[in-house]
Amino acid sequence: MTIGAPRIGVVTFPGSLDDRDALRAVETMGGEGVALWHAEPDLRGVDAVILPGGFSYGDYLRCGAIAGHAAILDEVRSFAERGGPVLGICNGFQILCEAGLLPGALIRNASLRFICRDVFLRVETSQTPVTRELIAGEIVEIPVKHGEGQYVATAEQLQQIEARGLVVFRYADASGQVNDAANPNGSLDNIAGVRNDAGNVVGLMPHPEHAVDPDLGPTGGQALFASLLESVLAGART
Amino acid sequence: MTFTFEVLVTLKPGLADPQGKAVEASLPALGFSGISGVQVGRHVRLDVDAPSQVEAREQVEEIALRLLSNPVIEDFRVLETAEPALGNEPAPPGAARR
Repeated sequence: MTIGAPRIGVVTFPGSLDDRDALRAVETMGGEGVALWHAEPDLRGVDAVILPGGFSYGDYLRCGAIAGHAAILDEVRSFAERGGPVLGICNGFQILCEAGLLPGALIRNASLRFICRDVFLRVETSQTPVTRELIAGEIVEIPVKHGEGQYVATAEQLQQIEARGLVVFRYADASGQVNDAANPNGSLDNIAGVRNDAGNVVGLMPHPEHAVDPDLGPTGGQALFASLLESVLAGART
Repeated sequence: MTFTFEVLVTLKPGLADPQGKAVEASLPALGFSGISGVQVGRHVRLDVDAPSQVEAREQVEEIALRLLSNPVIEDFRVLETAEPALGNEPAPPGAARR
């Protein structure tokens, strides 16, 4: 039973960059941000976990590969298996894929260039903790900033992902058209974010935590954090 | 016994290998022609203490599968080697130490 504001944990790995922004976004949206440390296998009783963006372990080996085996990941894995909401942003998405909590992988952008700009995402499902306040087909504007954001999967995986409705966000234009021109990094099927089968684990390359403060640009991230907080509160009410 | 292995990891065919492409594209300027299929991958060397070569190799195969490669995007090959690590070759007799 949650009393007061939902407690959202943000894991800091060596090389994390956006952990503080994620904590700040949680607090801005009315939650309580709880800093977690990669080497301590303790989630401190949080209601949801965010794996933030950055370059964990300097992206050694592959983006997210080393962090995917960090001490705290076993805790995150059990938390996810119990149905706890887990959100991976950018490097956090790469970590969840490397840890096997989400299908697919992220490789170098098709353009071979680092991309830093605002993009439009089409919401594909409201059946996740970060989209429950959104409707499928809605458009949110959120920035991307990555060099390795091209989503790939084996043909068999992709078929399953699409058949089971595991795509959560696709890169689109402002009117919601999903096409090559709106695809910043060459991702298969314009996939910007996916979920697991149960729906409680979500990863995306764009950065909702950088899109909550209207003074700093688009505010498409607000609905994702509002959804996450609401899903915790809804879970506590049942 | 200590067994030494080298693990080679490369991107699966069909996935872009920009490093390989860049290397290949720079070869004509060096006077090399007719060179194709350049791949750039990862090389990992491991010394494994194990009772037998078979058990050592099994460990390396598992390490390669679970950490050194990502099976979604990469293939790997495990080679046992008796060669010393690069830069650790024994000095030829009489050679002065640098």
